[in-house]
Amino acid sequence: MSLEVDIAVLRGERRIAACFTARGGITALLGPSGAGKTSVIEAIAGLLRPVEGRIELGGEALFDAARRIDLPPEARGCGVVFQDLRLFPHRSVRDNLLYGARFAPSSARLMTLEQTCAFLGIADLLGRRPRTLSGGEAQRVAIGRALLRGPRLLLLDEPLSSLDGARRDGVMAVIERIRDELGLPMVLVSHRAEEVERLANRVVRLDQPLLA
Amino acid sequence: MLSTADWAIVALSLKVALVAVALTLPVAFALAWVLARTRFPGRIVLDALVHLPLVVPPVVMGWLLLLGFGSNGPAGRLLEGLFGVTLMFRWTGAALAAAVMALPLMVRAIRLSLEAVDPRLEAAARTLGAGPWRAFATVTLPLSLPGLIAASVLGLARSLGEFGATITFVSNIPGETQTLPLAIYSALQLPGGDVQVARLASISVMLSLAALVASEALARRSGFGHVA
Repeated sequence: MSLEVDIAVLRGERRIAACFTARGGITALLGPSGAGKTSVIEAIAGLLRPVEGRIELGGEALFDAARRIDLPPEARGCGVVFQDLRLFPHRSVRDNLLYGARFAPSSARLMTLEQTCAFLGIADLLGRRPRTLSGGEAQRVAIGRALLRGPRLLLLDEPLSSLDGARRDGVMAVIERIRDELGLPMVLVSHRAEEVERLANRVVRLDQPLLA
Repeated sequence: MLSTADWAIVALSLKVALVAVALTLPVAFALAWVLARTRFPGRIVLDALVHLPLVVPPVVMGWLLLLGFGSNGPAGRLLEGLFGVTLMFRWTGAALAAAVMALPLMVRAIRLSLEAVDPRLEAAARTLGAGPWRAFATVTLPLSLPGLIAASVLGLARSLGEFGATITFVSNIPGETQTLPLAIYSALQLPGGDVQVARLASISVMLSLAALVASEALARRSGFGHVA
């Protein structure tokens, strides 16, 4: 499943351009803060409309300014792990995990709830509320929620930035296993070169944006 | 304690107030959503219009309702012609008056709770496969539930106390439009009505207290995240 991105997005006065192709494995978007990495992730997910260009996933156009194609987020098949996680505070961990599963066609499903819990080591958290979770636990639940949605592509926005050493290693190992065992293509946003070095098959650098 | 006539007044007041809240809730929610989540030219004007019943003398609101929904008013004639519904001098008109007067309070309460719901959670729901309505119904709506409850109770209390617009629009007809405040007003005009005034006033206070206690209890029950 290859992802082709050639877009320009506007964030306020700033124009952010991104052009890259991601095949299997992990493609890292590396750049200083303010370079627009999150904007690119949002554009791929369908949460931010680019001003021009196109985004294709597995040959299907998700966005194409010239052909006036702009699929809504729910039709893009992209799982997103947001930097601020965005777990639903009014739902239990179980309900958070299963939120997207009911929308996923059975052909798109990667794994069951039990498999996901075992994979991420979160089986004993199911009855808890998100606000009672530690940073590392919440991060793994957010990854599980995105996986259970049956994505064709996983977008990870700074998944390690809020974690300390040991937890960071734990989540990094999870990301490696998603890459190696599930073979799910991922786009990973990071501003830390060492993370990118360990995880990524390919690095795309986003530099300071141009003024529009 | 209470006479049959008193009970009838209480029952009518509750009917009028409950219908008013039921009528206003969806309208107030829609207005609150528009005011909280959208930006368009004229939003300030809409905001001002919604708040009008809060600042205009109730008697003026009653007169405006007469102009619009009276038997010669455009909306009144439309309702009469289409559904055979008459509002003037009817309890339904009292419910409309109460609804209009409760609207700004209800919009404010719902708007505050909607503004407290992070729209990024709805965006997360969309990436998980939920369409816009589904995301709204499963994320925004339940998260704004405390505000909806607060709005309903405020609206109920405001409706039970509504006087000026009601008496202007639908008059003070025992058994039809005479709600608690209007009955208290009538009893005050009667020599020797003091006992009835005291009875009705106590009911009024108790109803309001009950509403406030119920709202607090409901808000606590719908509160989330406190227990693991």
